[in-house]
Amino acid sequence: MPRTEVVLQEKIADGLYRMVIKSPVDLSQSAYMPGQFLHFRVSDSIDFMLRRPISLCLADEANNLVTVVYRAQGEGTKRLSRLAAGDTVDVIGPLGKGFPLHEESSAALVIGGGIGVPPLLELAKKLRAKGTRIVAILGFQKASQAILIEEFKALAEVFIVTDDGSMGKKGLVTDLLDASMIDGISRYYACGPTPMLRAVKQALEPSGILGYLSLEERMGCGIGLCAGCVHKIQDNDGVHYVKTCKEGPVFPAQEVVFS
Amino acid sequence: MTLHDVDLAVEFCGLQLKNPVMPASGCFSFGKEMEMFYDLNLLGAIVVKATTLEERMGNPTPRIAETPAGMLNSIGLQNPGVEKVIRDELPYLRRFSSLPVIVNVAGTMVEDYVAVVHRLNDSQDFDAIELNISCPNVKCGGIQFGTDPEMAAEMVKAIKEASNRPVMVKLSPNVTNIVEMAQACEAAGADAISLINTLIGMQIDVEKRAPLLGNGVGGLSGPAVKPVALRMVYEVASNVNVPVIGIGGIFTGKDAIEFLMAGAKAVQVGTANFTDPYAIPRIVDEIKEWCAAHGVKHIDELIGAANPMSRRRG
Repeated sequence: MPRTEVVLQEKIADGLYRMVIKSPVDLSQSAYMPGQFLHFRVSDSIDFMLRRPISLCLADEANNLVTVVYRAQGEGTKRLSRLAAGDTVDVIGPLGKGFPLHEESSAALVIGGGIGVPPLLELAKKLRAKGTRIVAILGFQKASQAILIEEFKALAEVFIVTDDGSMGKKGLVTDLLDASMIDGISRYYACGPTPMLRAVKQALEPSGILGYLSLEERMGCGIGLCAGCVHKIQDNDGVHYVKTCKEGPVFPAQEVVFS
Repeated sequence: MTLHDVDLAVEFCGLQLKNPVMPASGCFSFGKEMEMFYDLNLLGAIVVKATTLEERMGNPTPRIAETPAGMLNSIGLQNPGVEKVIRDELPYLRRFSSLPVIVNVAGTMVEDYVAVVHRLNDSQDFDAIELNISCPNVKCGGIQFGTDPEMAAEMVKAIKEASNRPVMVKLSPNVTNIVEMAQACEAAGADAISLINTLIGMQIDVEKRAPLLGNGVGGLSGPAVKPVALRMVYEVASNVNVPVIGIGGIFTGKDAIEFLMAGAKAVQVGTANFTDPYAIPRIVDEIKEWCAAHGVKHIDELIGAANPMSRRRG
C-alpha cells in the first residue's frame, strides 16, 4: 500500500487532534473537493480491519499537504493520534463526492456541529476565493470542545452556539436560523450529527434555499464495495439506498430521507 | 528459481484461472469500483455480488461493525436485481480479456433461484454460477437451504437442471456437520464447493443497551474466522471429490497457501479488500514469492500438501 508521511500531529482540544500529512495524491493534478474524505488505516496489524474515514479539513496545494481534524474516541482513532511527525501512515483518498461550489451563489451559510465543523473550513476557503460572502454557524458541546474558530473568523461572519452556553449562545444551531440570518443567502452547507442535519433541513426547507448535507454512516470499505454505509435518498428513481462513500458523503438536502 | 518460473494457473469447473485468487461475493461489488486501483485482469476470476430476481433494498443501518481482527456485516443482499445485473454490470467485465466471471445467485424459494438462473442462461457475459445458500442476513436469503442437507440437495438439483453453466455451491459454516452438507451438494450434482460464508455474530452498543447492527445480528468475517474456515475446508476437501474453494479471513499470501495446503483448489478474498484495496494482487505476488523461495514450480504441488486424504481424492 502507498504510505504517506505525517508532517504534524497536535492536540487542539479535549480529545480532538489536528494531523497534517503529505497528500497521497498530487493536489494540483487532482479534482479534489471540500467535503471529501481520506481513508486511514490506523495500524499495520490485522487487529483493526476497517479503515477510518476522516474528512478533509484543509488542502494546501502549494506544499501538497492535507489537514484532517478528528476526534480520538475509539481505539482506532486513538492509535492514529499517537502517530508523530516523521511517521508514515497508510491512507487513500480523497474519496467520495464533496460540496459542489456554485458560481452564482453570492452568500452562503455553512452550519457545522462538533466534529462536523472541520470539513466546512476547506469549503469556506474555496467559497471565499470565489468572492462568496459566508455566514458560519458553529455548534459545540462546550467551550473546551470548540475548534477552528479563528480560522473561520478569517473567512466568515461567525456565530457560535454551545449546548451548555459556555461559549457563544446557549442552544442549538437551528435556534439561530431566523429570517434575518438567512436573508440574502442562496446556498447552505451542513455537516454534523444526524439529528442536527435533520433539524437543519427541516428548518430551512420552507425558505427554498438549496442546501447540501454531509452525511455520517458507518463505513466498511469506503470505496463502494460493501454497501455498508448506505443512506436513503429520494430522487427521480424514487426512494432507494445509495452508498455514502461513493455517491456521497455530500447530498443535496432535498434528496436526503431521514427515517 | 525466479518468480518467472512459478506457474500459478489452476483449473476448476472448466474455468482457466491464471492464479488461484478471486474476490469473495459481496466484497467486490460488481468490479467497477476497483478500476481506480488496478487492472482486473490481475484477478484469477471475479465473483460478483449476490444477485436476486428482483431488486433488494437490503437491511437498515448500521450495517457494519468492527470486531477484533474482523468485522460484522448485515447488508442483506442489497442488489439491483438480475435484469439490471445482466444489462448494466456483466458486460463491463467482458472488457477484461482473461477474467472468468462467476455470478453469485441468491433468492428466497427454489422457484426464484431457478428464475434467476433461467434469465442468466441467455447472457454470454459470465462463466459459472455460485449458488448462495448461506447468507445469514436475511430470513429468506437461502440460509434455510444451507443448514439442511436435504433442502440443499433439492436446491442444487434444481439449479443444475436449470443452468447451462457450471454450478459452485457456497456453504454456510453455521451448521453442525459441514461434511454432510458438502456431500449432499456433491451428490446432487454440484460442480464445486466454496466455503465458508460468514459466521453469525452480534455486537451490543452499551450506550444504547441494544444490538449495534440495524438487523440485530450480522455475519462475522476477517482473520478472526480463518481457523474455523481452514478446519472446514480441510474436512470437506477430505470427503468430497469436486474442487473446493477456500474462503475465510485470507489477508496474506501465506493465509492463501494454508487453504491450498488444506485441499482448496483456489481461494476467495473478502474482508481484506476493505482493509487494503490492493489485497488480491498483493496476495498473488506473495504466493508467487513463497513458491519461488521454496522451489515450487507449479501451484498444484501445494494443493492438499497438508491433507493426504484430499490428495488421494485428487
